[in-house]
Amino acid sequence: MESPRRRHWTKRANPVAGLGSFIWLLIVLVPIYAMLSASLTGADKALTGNPLRPPSEPTLDNYGTVLDSDFGHLLSNTAIVAIVVVGIVLTLSIPLAYVAVRTRDRWSNAAFRLFLLGVAIPAQAVVVPLYLLIAKLGLYDTLPAVILPTAAFAMPVSVLVLVGTLRDVSEDLYEAMALDGASPLRMLFQLTIPLAKGGISTVVIYSALQAWNGFLFPLIFTQSDGPRVLTLGLFNYVSQFGVNIPALLASVVLSGIPIFAVYLVARRALVGGLMGVGGK
Amino acid sequence: MTTTVDKRQAAPTVPTAPTRNSRVGRPHAVWALPAVLFFTFFAVVPMGLAFYLSFTEWDGLGDPRPVGFANWQKLIDDPRLTQSLSLTVVLTVASWAFQTVVALLLGVWAAGRQRNRAVLSAIFFVPFLLSSTAIAILFYALLDPNFGIIQKDTLGSQSGAFLAIVFVGGWQFIPFHTLIYQGGARQIPEVLYQAAAIDGAGRYRQFFSITLPQLRHTITTSTVLMVVGSLTYFETVLILTKGGPGTDTAILPYLMYEAGFKTYDFGYASAIASFLVLAATGLSLVLVRLTGFGTMRSTREGM
Repeated sequence: MESPRRRHWTKRANPVAGLGSFIWLLIVLVPIYAMLSASLTGADKALTGNPLRPPSEPTLDNYGTVLDSDFGHLLSNTAIVAIVVVGIVLTLSIPLAYVAVRTRDRWSNAAFRLFLLGVAIPAQAVVVPLYLLIAKLGLYDTLPAVILPTAAFAMPVSVLVLVGTLRDVSEDLYEAMALDGASPLRMLFQLTIPLAKGGISTVVIYSALQAWNGFLFPLIFTQSDGPRVLTLGLFNYVSQFGVNIPALLASVVLSGIPIFAVYLVARRALVGGLMGVGGK
Repeated sequence: MTTTVDKRQAAPTVPTAPTRNSRVGRPHAVWALPAVLFFTFFAVVPMGLAFYLSFTEWDGLGDPRPVGFANWQKLIDDPRLTQSLSLTVVLTVASWAFQTVVALLLGVWAAGRQRNRAVLSAIFFVPFLLSSTAIAILFYALLDPNFGIIQKDTLGSQSGAFLAIVFVGGWQFIPFHTLIYQGGARQIPEVLYQAAAIDGAGRYRQFFSITLPQLRHTITTSTVLMVVGSLTYFETVLILTKGGPGTDTAILPYLMYEAGFKTYDFGYASAIASFLVLAATGLSLVLVRLTGFGTMRSTREGM
């Protein structure tokens, strides 16, 4: 018998599971490898070679083609959308979650339930009436037309994550501050927010990801080059680059690099926060 | 991390009932109002508006004109609706089966704390970082009959296009569900496995008798998220197949997009959207009931 303190899964190697995870590793990596390899292949050679073979003469021409076609403009639009969305989501969700956890009267419960149900409203279902609202507000074909609904639809999950985190802040700490005569606002800034950093960073990354990867709202609510964001730009490249698939794939790679960089830095916050979603 | 420490410190003082009703230092519910108003305006009001528009005729330019039940009648009579509905159901079930099996196995495997499992888990998560658009374009290129890995017109056949959508959806969302299962599996009390090992239960017996039953709440949550999520395969369908070949992969959201933003029949598009809202509301009620998230607040009640 081995030491009972150790986890059961650390005891012996599991060849079946090892093989299964290796197969999944291939399923994940082969498309990514094919994309990278193809994006480095000259446009003229792409149709003759197999994308799984490494490029014989690697070239960065495709990346040049993409960067020349206003990619920077798409990138800065998307960054603006992501930053403002994160700002709106935090400013609105934190007080709501704070009230839902601390006040717990009829109204704050009702507010929390609204977001609980809101988790399952699919954006597709409201896109037509939202189009009417956006048009009546005079926002059609502007960045706010993308920002406002994106922020609204990032809120339900953000509220759930925040409420889960804020519940873990001990009541005793609040009471200690109440004895000192602290106002709810001071408690929020000096106690709740510092202790809820983990949940808040999950929300930041989650809502930034929603904004960065959102496609439906930009597709329906914008039209011209001015407010075009990255995902819509990629979609347009499909027709613009036509058969120049290496350039198309180079644009996909470029669109993923910023998010990948964030993932490398903040993996723990994202993964840790999302892991708790399922409960036990 | 700080929070677990706090919990332990708080434990001995649980029965201090008098402070429970203290209003001192509690924020007024009105703090929640900005969030509620904002979300209501951009998500709840549009949902109501979708129902209103479904009883009107509107081309997106002038003002909507009431037409009674005409759009709903048209929806019921539309042969594409039956096709699209059954397609949406089959797609949801197929995606659920594929994603649940893979994510559950990978998640339980990744719950182990070995170094190599942590490294592979980090790699497995990468597809989830790309946008649906980017992933759809990637596979659109890889499935191109002239350029791609499979030198065959996969997307040109009905079953090929359908399987491609299931596969691409799984490729994108399995990382997320793996993570949920990994979190769930790590919460299973170690003592259950120790007891089973003493009783001589092998690895597979332990999986079916302990791991699976213990993960039932996780399976529920993940399932509901997958089902609701399968309504958002819109990007994949739009880029990969455009609903084709013919209308063979035209799921409900795609049908709505075509009705609204291709043929400018917004009244009819709203009828389809209202139908989606009904389905989604039903699902969200199931979500709240089955996961019991709404009652979780009671765990710290009375502190």
